[in-house]
Amino acid sequence: MTSRKSVLVLGGSSDIGRAAARAFAKAGYDVALAGRDVAALEPDAADLRARYNVEVGLHKFDVLDTAAFESFVGALPALPEIVISIVGLLGVQQDAESDLVHATAIMRSNYEGPALILGLFAEKFLARGSGTIVGVSSVAGDRGRASNYVYGSAKAGFSAFLSGLRARASRGGVHVVTVKPGFVRTRMTEGMKLIGPLTVEAPVVGDAILRAVENKTDVIYVSGKWRLVMLIIKTLPEAVFKKLKF
Amino acid sequence: MTLVSGWGRFPVVDSDVLRPRSFAAVGEAVSAGTIARGNGRAYGDAAIGAARTVTMTGFDRVRSFDPATGRIRLEAGVLLSDLIDTFGPRGFLPFVVPGTRFVSIGGAIAADVHGKNHHCEGGFGRYVDSLLLRTGQGEVIEASRDENSDAFFATVGGMGLTGIILEATMRLRRVETGWIRERVISASDLDAAMRALEAGDAATYSVAWIDCVARGRDLGRSLIYLGEHADRGELAEGADAFPVGKDSRLSVPVDLPSIALNRISVRAFNELYYRMGARRAGGSHVVSLYPYFFPLDSVGDWNRIYGKRGFLQHQCVIPQAGARAVLGEILDRVARRGDASFLAVLKKLGQGNGILSFPLPGYTLALDFPVKGDILNFLDEIDRLVVAAGGRLYLAKDARQSRATFEAGYPALQRFNAIRKSLDPAGNIRSKLSQRLFDEV
Repeated sequence: MTSRKSVLVLGGSSDIGRAAARAFAKAGYDVALAGRDVAALEPDAADLRARYNVEVGLHKFDVLDTAAFESFVGALPALPEIVISIVGLLGVQQDAESDLVHATAIMRSNYEGPALILGLFAEKFLARGSGTIVGVSSVAGDRGRASNYVYGSAKAGFSAFLSGLRARASRGGVHVVTVKPGFVRTRMTEGMKLIGPLTVEAPVVGDAILRAVENKTDVIYVSGKWRLVMLIIKTLPEAVFKKLKF
Repeated sequence: MTLVSGWGRFPVVDSDVLRPRSFAAVGEAVSAGTIARGNGRAYGDAAIGAARTVTMTGFDRVRSFDPATGRIRLEAGVLLSDLIDTFGPRGFLPFVVPGTRFVSIGGAIAADVHGKNHHCEGGFGRYVDSLLLRTGQGEVIEASRDENSDAFFATVGGMGLTGIILEATMRLRRVETGWIRERVISASDLDAAMRALEAGDAATYSVAWIDCVARGRDLGRSLIYLGEHADRGELAEGADAFPVGKDSRLSVPVDLPSIALNRISVRAFNELYYRMGARRAGGSHVVSLYPYFFPLDSVGDWNRIYGKRGFLQHQCVIPQAGARAVLGEILDRVARRGDASFLAVLKKLGQGNGILSFPLPGYTLALDFPVKGDILNFLDEIDRLVVAAGGRLYLAKDARQSRATFEAGYPALQRFNAIRKSLDPAGNIRSKLSQRLFDEV
């Protein structure tokens, strides 16, 4: 058992996952990266070791394989201090409207899987009496929009799960952080029209997650502008909202 | 197609822009008229593909690092700023840094960038041991001084035209601190400036900022900045051995109207800058590496100062022997014209590394001009002076020189093209710059 601080990143090969891993490794944390393709994570592990001289472990994890969750947690060499879930699937709204398989994949990847795995870690952390859980949700979960409500509703469910978990776990010494990144220039958003002033680069999100963990913040919008934007969007009356095209 | 330009924002041209996510995808992205692009800090058209531009900044992993030797292997898209911020606090810095830290490793190799230490320590390529290159023909080769050495020396300074640099192994310099002991010397005219740079030959770092609107007796008046790496004992009590590199707090939010840069504003700025510098002259003091090496990085998007139409940088190198006369003539013409911008940079260079590397022993002068009026004709006239003196222009800054100027300045071009042909017989790798200056028409 190591006495150093440790973080587990679920979805370690995503751009935000890599950025979060770098931010924590830079701050001296040992890192475990989990993803579907462990071989693909090797270059990122080498990068973290070379840059920051920290221990990096790799683990196979598939967010849709919920049956394997308990053995995944049980097989970890040590329970981390912090677990971050960055997994998710944007999908294609138009396809999801008629393709049940695609819609299911979006719902399970953004809600069922992340909620179940973080729930499992929460029990372990509560038994230990310490730990931090970070869920990367989305501003899209703040209100369902015509253009992406399948994804948005799953993120809404995930945000509600994190909020409830936070209320319960805080009494047991476990902190829960909800991250709403807004637009981030990543592989997921490549080719999408992003609004420049509302868009950040992945490293900004990585640093924001580290800060939120260290400052024990509950909910973060990575760019402060999003808090205002979403406040306006959330308060629009439904009669007006349904007429808006976005 | 996407509109693309370099840092000078001139020219703006169409190119298909791709951002591959794997080296295999980089290979697949290469088709007729492709060039790699790093962080887009080349001023002109060097990093714009004739038809397709492949952005490499996503490849930003460090592959390995040996703290015993300072040897590092990295992907080509790692930025120098990232390298400095990550390894500086561990006691290592790049041997060579240009005037901005926002360039990629691949770009720094392709342009064989020089720093304020070129006169004594050489260029960026000197500290590169080997390269992983994806040639235009489709091979992935490792090139070093011993293995595929032709490809190695053509790639260092080769402006990306030998293929796409994927990875590099280079050496970092061990430093005790991230601080520089700086000495400022004020020079009242060009002769004094050149004397001060000659006398500064023994200094690790040296560079002169010239007031290029000063005329007559003041022609060439300058501030010369000499620098050495400071050791721990020179730092103030309690100071961190490595300073924090802050993001620029100042940033130019919009394109300034062209009226903002005029004779009066530039003259006033330069007068103030010179006087403030002259007041500090004489003694030495310790400054953070960031303002010392990267003074312009403290103003974000400073290229917007020149307005929408962009600007041109003219950077030439003049061989030592004829340098005084030609530099005097160039500065005089620029001062009479009166629209060169703010401060110009003068520094001594040594021998270059690569076949097409810019540096040669002598003086390099860099001047910025807004794109307007008859500037292109004016710079052609300056080029004639440069060519007559046996000098050349820096390709990483160029957007407009003629084929004749280029061919006169780079006599090793034929050898370079022969190597290029052997690596890329079909001629897949082409940039707007190579089309303009030396591809067969």
